[in-house]
Amino acid sequence: MEAIGFPVLSLLIFVPILAAVIILFLNKDQRDLARGIAITAAAVGLGLSLFVYVNYNNNATTIIAEQELIAQGESQTAATDMFESSIAFEERIDWIPALGISYHLGVDGLSVPMVLLTSMAAVAGVLVSWKIEDRTKEFMAFFLLLVAGVIGVFVSMDLFVLFFFYELAIFPMYLLIATWGWVKLREYAAMKLTLYILIGSVISLVGVIAMYFVAGQFFTDNPTLIAAGDQAYSFGVAHMMRAAELGAFNIPLLGDIPFSHVWFPFVFLGFAVLAGLFPFHNWSPDGHVAAPTAVSMIHAGVLMKLGAFAALRVGVQLLPEGALVHLPWIVFLTLINVVWGAFIAFRQRDFKYVIGFSSVSHMGLVAMGFATMNTAGMTGAGLQMFSHGAMTALFFGCVGMVYDRAHTRDLPSLGGFIRVMPWVGIAFIIGGLTSMGMPGLSGFIAEFPIFAGMFQASENISLNIGGFTLSNYYAVLVIIAALGIILTAAYVLRVTRQVFLGDFDRAKYPDVDDITVRERFVLILLGAPLIIIGVAPGVMDVMLQTAIKPALAILGVP
Amino acid sequence: MAILNIDVLSFLVFFPAVAALIVLLLPQNKFLVRWAALVFATVIAGVSVAVYFAYNTVAPAGYQFVLQVDWFRAIGASWHVGIDGISASMVLLTGILTPLAVLIGWEIDERPNMFLALVLFFTTGSMGVFVALDLMIFFIFYELSLVPMFFLINQWGSPNRLYASTKFFIYSMGGTLGMLLATQLIGITMGTFSIPELVARWPDFVGNPDNQAFLGIPVSTVKTLAFLGFFVAFCIKVPVWPFHTWLPDAHGEAPTPGSMLLAGVMLKLGAYGFLRLVIPLFPDVWVAPIDLLGFVETNWATIFAILAVLGVVLGAFAAYGQTDIKRLVAYSSVNHMGFVALGIAVAALAYGQAYVNGGVNPEMMQSAILATNGAVMQMFNHGLSSAGMFLLAGAIYHKTHTRDMTQYGGFWVRAPIYGGIFIFTSMASLGLPGLNGFVSEFLVVRGAYPVFTVLTVISMLGLLLTGGYILRGIAGTLQGPFNMAWKNTRLEIEPRELIAIAPLVVLMLIVGIAPNWVLSVINATVTSWLGGV
Repeated sequence: MEAIGFPVLSLLIFVPILAAVIILFLNKDQRDLARGIAITAAAVGLGLSLFVYVNYNNNATTIIAEQELIAQGESQTAATDMFESSIAFEERIDWIPALGISYHLGVDGLSVPMVLLTSMAAVAGVLVSWKIEDRTKEFMAFFLLLVAGVIGVFVSMDLFVLFFFYELAIFPMYLLIATWGWVKLREYAAMKLTLYILIGSVISLVGVIAMYFVAGQFFTDNPTLIAAGDQAYSFGVAHMMRAAELGAFNIPLLGDIPFSHVWFPFVFLGFAVLAGLFPFHNWSPDGHVAAPTAVSMIHAGVLMKLGAFAALRVGVQLLPEGALVHLPWIVFLTLINVVWGAFIAFRQRDFKYVIGFSSVSHMGLVAMGFATMNTAGMTGAGLQMFSHGAMTALFFGCVGMVYDRAHTRDLPSLGGFIRVMPWVGIAFIIGGLTSMGMPGLSGFIAEFPIFAGMFQASENISLNIGGFTLSNYYAVLVIIAALGIILTAAYVLRVTRQVFLGDFDRAKYPDVDDITVRERFVLILLGAPLIIIGVAPGVMDVMLQTAIKPALAILGVP
Repeated sequence: MAILNIDVLSFLVFFPAVAALIVLLLPQNKFLVRWAALVFATVIAGVSVAVYFAYNTVAPAGYQFVLQVDWFRAIGASWHVGIDGISASMVLLTGILTPLAVLIGWEIDERPNMFLALVLFFTTGSMGVFVALDLMIFFIFYELSLVPMFFLINQWGSPNRLYASTKFFIYSMGGTLGMLLATQLIGITMGTFSIPELVARWPDFVGNPDNQAFLGIPVSTVKTLAFLGFFVAFCIKVPVWPFHTWLPDAHGEAPTPGSMLLAGVMLKLGAYGFLRLVIPLFPDVWVAPIDLLGFVETNWATIFAILAVLGVVLGAFAAYGQTDIKRLVAYSSVNHMGFVALGIAVAALAYGQAYVNGGVNPEMMQSAILATNGAVMQMFNHGLSSAGMFLLAGAIYHKTHTRDMTQYGGFWVRAPIYGGIFIFTSMASLGLPGLNGFVSEFLVVRGAYPVFTVLTVISMLGLLLTGGYILRGIAGTLQGPFNMAWKNTRLEIEPRELIAIAPLVVLMLIVGIAPNWVLSVINATVTSWLGGV
């Protein structure tokens, strides 16, 4: 792809950082200025992401054609070549050359939607936090840092840089929850969240460093196989993928078990902690509930996708043999996510906990899509990442708007809010219908291929446990997972009825009024993509193929 | 044929949605909103009528007005629309009923924008189902039509509306779950969601050619499970006994326009699904022998016929027992849709046998063609008469605010025009020769008799009871001593309601006397469809 004259991706990362620094230098009374700078930075980010999105989408068919040519060729590293051809807006500067670390950015078909999602959530987050009066400038600064970190992960093409931004995102998250969160829960939830995610990422990091040495050793032994311009030891994603494709990670590690089989669960699950995979999801509902609205939006909307994204990019893409062995049992965990998460959501009394657990349930579908290891399922997973991001951010926005006015989230004491806040009611209903997979909205477009992919995978995947082979169980799992849809419909209807329908008690809530124009804009910004993708999946599904083809190629699945 | 450079069927699907959006965003001015919605609905009706008459009966083999464009490439689904004679008549029905429902919807004073927008949006859902030639598109619109109906009942219904709407929604959504899974399974396995292509390939699918297995179980089991997914979903929608229990509640609580569309259009989605999908996709499953407890051998087509007849008889019984006028009409829908189901059962048996044995005797096929024609006709006729009945029930409810027939009585004295129309519509529903119901029920019975003789005879019993409950409804409402509680109430039908029911009355008469303009379109498709197995 042709290079663009200016470093778009670096701008996407450094505009928020720069804005955060400027905001920190403001006087503490200059709240409006802080807000103004924050929204400007977020809006610039959204503009740049849209530019990237449109630009990439226009080139997607060309890239796919190129990838198909590569796939037909005889290349030993076809998957890596396909992956490299999908990278756009590439920037590369040596950072620590001695260790093979470079500041290497780029986007493929999966990261482009994620970057757009992050920028949308950033704008929405700044707008819903407009009324924060307590230490406004610190809030805005940390929020922008968080956004920068998240975008950094999505665009990094070097694993060191990826971890760098990954940790950068967690630090402001802790402060945001612990300082501006819900008083009753915030210290506990912030600590729990941070520890969970840190432990997960440390485990992944150890795995990645092990991969780094194994790949380095491999290329030192086979110097002819190194890509032009690379060195033997490097953290580059493409570099590691090349090593994986050439079989570097098949060396025996414990007895005769290959390296990739041993490390895959650690790397994948380490990141999957952030994606809320059962049984590591425990931090997420508490974290969502304790966080201030804007942070919940980023947190559930984007941060959980970060885990899924990294699990795919580092786990599946770099340790494909491990994925083939381990995903067939990890799928059971995802099933628990989907069904049990929905069940727990149904049992909640707190409005925000319902949404928190619904995220756990929906993120299970993303991981389930990965576990299918075929085009349909992976496409669905990619669509679900975007769809769930926008939808859950919309949900948390709605919850925040109701809570700001009613000062309670206790479901039985709410009721009839659609009469005073029609916009919020309609937005919540659209989000709710998306979440239960109503056709015409993006949730259906995402869930449909995941389930279809499960059926398709059923014939090809089997699980070996100590000589016992379980085969064709995906088709059974998908039928159980479908129960999650019914449960989702049940809790969405229940919450909609309890909060928005019925009679509104004016005596109980004398001050509740309609939302402002600013908040309406947030609802439109997050709600529109749900309908657009639901009606025209073509705006995203073609683009996703550019990322899915290389991943499937390295898995050895056509 | 294209309108504003948009393919005419796509226009019929999307125009109502756009119109709904416009109506929703109009200022809160009742006059403006009502007229705008009516104008939009009339446009829909006009285009539907134009499409119907532009549909060419001379060359019915295959679909017409076909359009196929890429939509969701990753899984091979496309925006694929087209109509044959069966869908053409359903498009016509939907088009006719939409403006009438809107006109009746004028009586809603609370949030009229939203109400009329939902009525229009419902049309998008049902039109989408009738024109879809892609399984995924079919499913999308099938589900989508639930949403506006849920909110119509939930927000504007009678006092028990929360229960009724939730029951309706969970029932329907739960019912489509199996259909969703079956859709995904079939589509992804065949690599396409195009209905014509699936119809050609899926019945011959054998899975692994070595052992006839698929997904680790015999292919026939997979097919039976997929069949059941569709079967249950459509049975709930039709509704076939015993899947009908949501219907009386939903109808009883729905606002009048909601009831009209629910009975007039929505129930047809289920019957249409049987004809378009379940019969052609699973011909062998319908006739595969089933051993019940080791001593009765039967098959799904026969079981379906038994359920259909039970619907006819028990629906009529239940209707007879009602004192609530809307529930009476609701149970009459169960009764009348039973005949549709009976016709479908005959078609399924003939189609299945023809597929499995490579042909059936011409007499059987002749019966099946008659019965299928009757079933489709009955769908059309029931759409007219049930919408009319609900309109009339709603008209009286709107004035008296009670649905309890024991509180009525002698209304004919005070409302002679209303009474006349009520009797006319009831007679059409009853199947009086010369009116529309007779034509279709006769065809179904004539077609079913040689195939399911005993069952058809039993269904005649239901027809007798139909007479009973219809007369009881007339007697309870119009005849007897006038209830003086209503002496100051204006009971006569309003001009607006009169305008809304007039097209239905005219159509009932025309179809009854000269059914050929509908029947020929249906017959051409049915004949080539069943004849071409």
